[in-house]
Amino acid sequence: MKRYLPPYLLSGPAVIIFVIMLAVPMIMTFMLSFKSFSFYTGITPDYGWHNYLEVVTDSYFHEIFFRTYAISIGVTLLCALIGAPEAYILNRMTKAWRSMCLLAILGPLLISVIVRTLGWALLIGNNGVINDALLLLGVIDEPLRMMYTTQAIVVALVHVLVPFMVLSVWTTLQKLDPQVENASMSLGASHFTTMYRVVLPQIMPGILAGSLIVFALTASAFATPSILGGRALKVVATTAYDEYLNTLNWPLGAAIATILLIANIVVVMSYNKYVEHKYAAVFD
Amino acid sequence: MRRYDKNGPIALTFNALFLIFILAPLFVVCWVSFTPEGFLSMPTTEFSLRWFVAILDHPEFISAFLFSVYLAFGSATVAVALAVPAALATARYRFPGRGMIMAFFMSPLMIPHVVLGVAFLSYLSSLGWAGTYIGLVACHVILIMPYALRLVLASVTGMDKAAEQAARSLGASRWTTFRRVTIPLIMPGVTGGWVLAFITSFDELTMTLFIASPSSTTLPVRMYQHITENVDPLIASVSAVIIFITMILMFVLDRIFGLDKLLVGK
Repeated sequence: MKRYLPPYLLSGPAVIIFVIMLAVPMIMTFMLSFKSFSFYTGITPDYGWHNYLEVVTDSYFHEIFFRTYAISIGVTLLCALIGAPEAYILNRMTKAWRSMCLLAILGPLLISVIVRTLGWALLIGNNGVINDALLLLGVIDEPLRMMYTTQAIVVALVHVLVPFMVLSVWTTLQKLDPQVENASMSLGASHFTTMYRVVLPQIMPGILAGSLIVFALTASAFATPSILGGRALKVVATTAYDEYLNTLNWPLGAAIATILLIANIVVVMSYNKYVEHKYAAVFD
Repeated sequence: MRRYDKNGPIALTFNALFLIFILAPLFVVCWVSFTPEGFLSMPTTEFSLRWFVAILDHPEFISAFLFSVYLAFGSATVAVALAVPAALATARYRFPGRGMIMAFFMSPLMIPHVVLGVAFLSYLSSLGWAGTYIGLVACHVILIMPYALRLVLASVTGMDKAAEQAARSLGASRWTTFRRVTIPLIMPGVTGGWVLAFITSFDELTMTLFIASPSSTTLPVRMYQHITENVDPLIASVSAVIIFITMILMFVLDRIFGLDKLLVGK
């Protein structure tokens, strides 16, 4: 036992902080989600499944969960569709150009989401840049309504999250041998065949890993849907926020948060299982 | 021989469009912030700095900025102070529970920020720490620990142990070896981890929204509250200042660490 003492002492402080500040609050939130709430008595310790039942049976919540995961799937597909080719193109650039483009793509990750979302609000607002330009050119007679639409949320989230996809695919591409592609071409395969049969299967693990990050982050996104979706287009994260800070129904908010967390974990785990199973040969 | 590893015109056009897509929103924010008008508009002939001057008349943004820096500084420092020994333990030793401890430290990456916010709000208020500096630091430490740990761990794993063994065999004590050999060797990872932790803490909105009080409001929270009420040129100029500061920081980081290495953590 004594030889194990140094690592336990070294990691001890961090473990203690994590137990006090992460494990305990998470367990307490889980407990809270089984309590009751009413406007007159506040939170009472009548434990039961009623908060979960409310979420599962109420069509109001069905719509919110459906919207959240529909947006997540859309954003993930779009990110894969534009992020993977971009990573491939980056990989073929000269070093100087590549580092400049990478800086432009990854740099925004360091800027707060709120600033990037504001950019979209300024672009697509009723008197935003796009509407102003289209009105000036005479393409449209009255401003297009783009704010407070699901499409606006999807486009802005693709913008916020696509760097993760590029990064993930690019990391995979770096491990590849460019000669394999040349071999395929010199043996007479067309561009398309080479892409589809040689390149794509090799970068698939990168695309899948990137998709996972994008999907999980979209499902739990708060700032972008809240600003571009407004009051009407609620997603799971903004609903939990409203239950907590506006309605003050903490137990229900805790139940929504717990469902979101469990859904995220289930998606990530089953996806990992699937990827490990399918690409066992690639990872070994 | 023909070369197949060059980008064709279609690929280069795609790349240009992609970069426009990424940069346009940020560019628009900066452009709008130079408007001379009292409302949101794209200045074409006249440009003015009036909305940058206007920030000075809104002390709530300046105090929020200073509080964000103060909070990020404290949280990043505590996170790195915890991450260095934790990285040494997990990289140097094999012990029961090692994998579990590692997963525990990385778990905040998998928890949606809104869930962390929900959990911390009720926890901090039951402790009586709601809205206090120490409460916010404690929550931010959990959130940024994975980022700090990942970079510190990469440098500890990549470090040459021979230098330490040489120091020990030449008679240096454990403490001296740690201070004079180990720490300087892992310094790049520690600095990188600190900077990434600082930025993550500074940018965080969702979780902080739950636990901030009017006297402990961070800049992103202040901006969110402003945007939900109205979008005006003032918020554009505040954002432009953030973009400008981040760009300078980004070039420095890219020079020192390489941005892709900092973000991938390899």
